[in-house]
Formats: sequence, structure tokens, C-alpha cells
Amino acid sequence: MRTKKISLLIIFSLFLLLFINDDNQEIKAFSPQVIQHGAVGDDVIELQARLQYLGFYNGNIDGVFGWGTYWALRNFQYEFGMEIDGLAGEETKNKLVQASEYDEAYVKEQIKQGNRFTHYGGTNKQSDTGNQQNQEAQQTDNTTAVNVPQGFSQNDIQLMANAVYGEARGEPYEGQVAVAAVILNRVASPSFPDTVSGVIFEPRAFTAVADGQIWLTPNETAKEAVLDAINGWDPSSNALYYFNPDTATSPWIWTRPQIKQIGKHIFCK
Amino acid sequence: MIRWITIGALTLGLIGTAVWGYQEHQEKNAILIQAENSYQKSFHELTYYMDLLNDEIGTVLAMNSHERLSPQFVDIWRIASEANTNVSQLPLGLLPFNKTEEFLSDIGDFTYRTAIRNLDDDPLTSEETKVLEDLYVQAKEIKDELRHVQHMALENNLRWMDVQLALVNNDQSDNTIIDGFKTVEKQVEGYTEANSQSGLIGVSTKPQNHIEDLPGEKLTEKEVQDLGRTVLGVDQSEEMDVTSSGDGADIPFYTVSYHDDDKRAYMDVTQKGGYPLTILIERPIGEKKLSLHDGAEKAEEYLEQMNIENMELYQSMELDKVGMYSFLYNQDGIRVYSDSVEVKVALDNGDILGLTAENYYSNHHKREIAEPTLSEEDALEYVNPNIKIEEADLAIITNDLDEEVLVYEFLGTLNNETYRIFINAEDGTEEMVEKLGGKELKYSLDF
Repeated sequence: MRTKKISLLIIFSLFLLLFINDDNQEIKAFSPQVIQHGAVGDDVIELQARLQYLGFYNGNIDGVFGWGTYWALRNFQYEFGMEIDGLAGEETKNKLVQASEYDEAYVKEQIKQGNRFTHYGGTNKQSDTGNQQNQEAQQTDNTTAVNVPQGFSQNDIQLMANAVYGEARGEPYEGQVAVAAVILNRVASPSFPDTVSGVIFEPRAFTAVADGQIWLTPNETAKEAVLDAINGWDPSSNALYYFNPDTATSPWIWTRPQIKQIGKHIFCK
Repeated sequence: MIRWITIGALTLGLIGTAVWGYQEHQEKNAILIQAENSYQKSFHELTYYMDLLNDEIGTVLAMNSHERLSPQFVDIWRIASEANTNVSQLPLGLLPFNKTEEFLSDIGDFTYRTAIRNLDDDPLTSEETKVLEDLYVQAKEIKDELRHVQHMALENNLRWMDVQLALVNNDQSDNTIIDGFKTVEKQVEGYTEANSQSGLIGVSTKPQNHIEDLPGEKLTEKEVQDLGRTVLGVDQSEEMDVTSSGDGADIPFYTVSYHDDDKRAYMDVTQKGGYPLTILIERPIGEKKLSLHDGAEKAEEYLEQMNIENMELYQSMELDKVGMYSFLYNQDGIRVYSDSVEVKVALDNGDILGLTAENYYSNHHKREIAEPTLSEEDALEYVNPNIKIEEADLAIITNDLDEEVLVYEFLGTLNNETYRIFINAEDGTEEMVEKLGGKELKYSLDF
């Protein structure tokens, strides 16, 4: 009799624990960060999934807080009578958690498989398995998109990183950013082609293109340097040319007004 | 016996090598010919387009009806752009040929601006006709020179591969093609001066650089060192590397740099007043601990510290453990797009990794902002009605003609895409419409 009572108690408390656990999960939902435009990661996936569940968001759940997510969030804030600031702060996140359900395992599974799917409330979870994109699912994080600077593709960045690596891999970091900036200054200049690829592949413009070093695999630093240059950093101070004084063969290049020297390269107008 | 086998093997080897060598030689030739042909194509096309350009400008001069004038200008614009593309495909690299490219691009700009203008209300002025007449003569001279070079090249079977070789070996003394292109460049140099005096071509209206007006004295070497250590967070005992900018710099500045085992830091400051133009710090970044939003707060604090005030966060982006933030100056609720700074924040401990303030300092000044003539509702009339407007603001932007204009900035959506639309607050001109991207499907690149 006693044992029965005890076991009942145990079972009961186990149930209770389960419930508490469940509750905990609800509260644990988002991490404490304020999510804002441009953010990346699991919190954004959850935000998008929840907004989609409520019918505010109809884009892809990709883990990158872009314009679509921004407007969805603002509409949500408007409908729920909150301050409309496009930031997912504590109040907004709590309201979202109360109003929607989020099946993390399901959503991430779908993302991993590269399925197109919807996560609206009320309807059955449906996945459109016919549209597999066969992405290599070895990514460590769950996001399927990346932030890119306005007007640039990852491929443009890769191409520039190739050029920077081929031209300046032994140079100090700001020297690499400066080489990337020179490419961008040329794109903007009327005396040079108007595209990144046009500038890079202009015959005899870059030695790394001529001798094939551009096809070496660039490292992370070169890519970072390119991103900095695209985002506005220009250690070359608006230079259009640079040369290595030890190897330069053209006397003409010495007639250009020089701006500064970084590492082995002299940058000039 | 062994002797014969050896002889046989060696003979076979010899034949094999000969065949292999011959094939290699053939392949090399094929590739050379292919490269030569693509250079030849660009060269002949260039001369053809210069010829055409000359003809078309001549046609404009003879034209009277406005209806035909605009398409004709568009045509010239296209031809100038084609010619420019051809120039950029020739192996001229280090042979100075910039003036010619600029000349072509100027023709393009001028004709484009005229083409989009309503010539019925605003016909060509006599000055513009004069410019066209000048351009006609100049294009004719360039055409004649290029046609001459083309003739010599065809008659003597000149190859562009030789040009390239001559340029590589820096032996440019006796090459007809190089001489011809140098003559063209010389001629154009002469025109550029004349054209810039006529005030319509070749002068990009360079906005006033406001850095020179900033208060402050010229810094001494010691002051620069101290400033560098403070701003870059380097120990007071360390020695900083300071160099002065050369003649080519827009304004004189010092470059201060420092590096130790795991950190590189560098900064450009104006010589007068010590205003930071560019700061960049590179170090390995640890595990991400801060959110993009936390980083934004750090960036805002930092701008205040640097006395860059009244800045409004305009754009933020998380890039692999780094937060990139753009700020715009806000004067009485009006965003000024030209006064922008970018801040880079490490999301492991919130350190500032970079700042660009050259745009800010060179454009920033107290502006007299007139009241907008149009109300927001009036301005909305000029926006495509299919766009759902989400946000509206006043802003100052720099338009195509390099003038600062007061505009209404509308953010709106159409078919799941977001657009930024600028409507002139004076006359309702649609100054600029821009589709906002900012993210892209992740490719399996090793990013």
C-alpha cells in the first residue's frame, strides 16, 4: 500500500517535472538578445518561423533578418499594439512566444534537407519534397542565406578575393584592403571598365591575372579584406594605381602622383 | 642484341618526344592565335565605332526635328560605351590611354544627359551645339588616326602579340601600333583642356571638400603618436610608425600603424586637426558573444566618444562574428546621405575594429535646409501606386548631377521586394529608385 502510494507520488511528480520542463522550453525559446535587421542565426530562424506561423511572414525561413522579416515584424508589432520599431526586443519576443508555436526540430530538419516548406498555424505541416535543392547539408549552422552588401553577390566577393590574394597575399591586412579598394575605385572611375570583372580581367592591368596566380584559392583574410573594402574602407585613399617599386618596369607609373606606401606597394592617383 | 634493343628504344623515345613537342608547339600556336584574334577583333571594332561615332555626331548637327534627336543621342551614348569596352579589352594596361577612355566616357555622359532631357521644352542651347561641333571635329581626328594605324597594321601584318611583348619588355621605341595610340592620347589630352574650359564636358563638378574648413592646428609627430596610441588602444610605451601622405593625396594626412604578434592596427588622420579618416584593426576574433544589437550600441557609444554627433543607425549587417554598421547624419530629423560613417565591431568582446569617416568629414557642414514645397501626400502622387508604402521620411541625397537635393524617402514593398524611392521635395522628380537586396542564398562556397 505504502509502496503504491510512493510510486504514485513519483509518477505524479514525474508528470509535474515534465510540465515544468515544457514550460521551461517555452520561456527558453529565444536567447535574450535583441534581434535587429541584418542579424543572422537560430534566433532569426525562430523569429521567421513564428512570424510565418502567424501569417505575417511569407518568405523563406533562412535565418537572415532581411527586409521581408523586417516588414513582417513591424506588421506584427502594429497588429499587437506595440511600439513599432522593427526590433525584436523582450516584449515583442514574449508576445510572439505566447501567440505562436514553434517546432524547432521540425523546422530545422526541413531546412537541413533543403525542403521548401511552410510553417503556418492551423494548416498541417506540409513540405514540398519535390523541390529538394540538394544542398550539401554539412553546414554547421542552420542558416541558408547570407548577408551580402547591396549590389554584390558572393561570387563577386569571391572573384575579388581571388584577385586580392593573387596580388597581395604577403601584404599587411590594410594593404590587402587597399588593393580591393583600388579595384572598386577603378569600377567607379570613367577611365576604367564599369564592372568588377571588367577591371580585374582588363589585359595587363594586374600581374596576378597575367601569370595565373589569381586562380589560387584565397584565404579568409583576403575575403575579409574585400568585404571591408566593399563596406567603405579605403586605406589607399582613393588610389587608382599601385605598383611594387622593386619590380615595376614601366617608367610611366613613376610619373603618377603618389599617395602613400603600404607594405611593398606604392599607391598613386 | 641488347644494342639493337637499346637503339630501338631510343629511336622510339626520340620519335615520341618529337611528336609530343610538335603537338605542344601546335597547341601553343593555337592559343596564341586565339588571343591575337580576340585583340584584333577589339581593335578593328574600336576603329569602326570611332568612325561611326564621328558620323552619328555629324548627323545630330544636321538634324532639326526633336523627335529624332533623342534616339540619336541614345545611339551615340551606346556607341561610345561600346568603343570604351573595346579599349578596355586591348592589352594597353600600362600604356597611358586614360584620356581617351575618359573622353569616350564624357561623350557618353553628355549625350545621355541630353537624351533623357525633354528637348521640346528644353532644346539644345547654342553652347551645347558648339560642344557637339567640337566633339565632331575631335572624333574625326581620333578616327583618322586610328584608321591610319589600322591600315598600317593590316598592310604590315602587325600583331597585337608583338605590342604586348614590346610593352612587357618596355621597348616601345619602334612599334607602329604603340606610336599610333600615343598620338591619339596626345590629341585627346589637348581636347580635354579645351572641353573643360567650355564647361560642359570633362569637369565632374567636384563637391567642396569640407575637411579643410575643420578647426585645428597641424599636429606634431609626438601628438600624432599619442593620438594613435589612444585611438588604437595601444600601450603608451609602444612606438608607433608614422608616415606622411604623398603629393597624390586629396588632403594631407598621417598614417599611423602598429603591429604586434596578434594585432595589426592602422589609422589615417588629417595633418591639420587630427581628424580620423580611416581606422582598421585586425585581430583573430573569438567566439561570438554579443548580438548585432549589442554591437550597434557599442558603435553608437564610440561615435559619441569620437565627437561625431547626431548620427542615426541606417543599416546593420552581421558578417561572420563581425557587425558592420552604417550611420547617417541627422539634421533636425532629416537624414543626410552624404555624411555617412561606417563602424565595424567585433562581436566577441565588442571592440571597435574599424571606422571610416572620410565621407563624413569631407561633406559635413551646417546646411540651410529649405522647407519642402510639396507635402508628403503631394509627393506620394509621384510614386508608383502599386507600391505599398511602409515608411516615409525627409532626406538629403546627392543626385545624378552631383547636386544635393531635398527629397522624400519612401520605403515600400511590391511583390515581396523592398524598394527605396526618392522623390524631389521641390518638383516631384523621381530622383532615384532602388531595389534593396542585402541577402542571398548561401552557395556552397567555402565561406
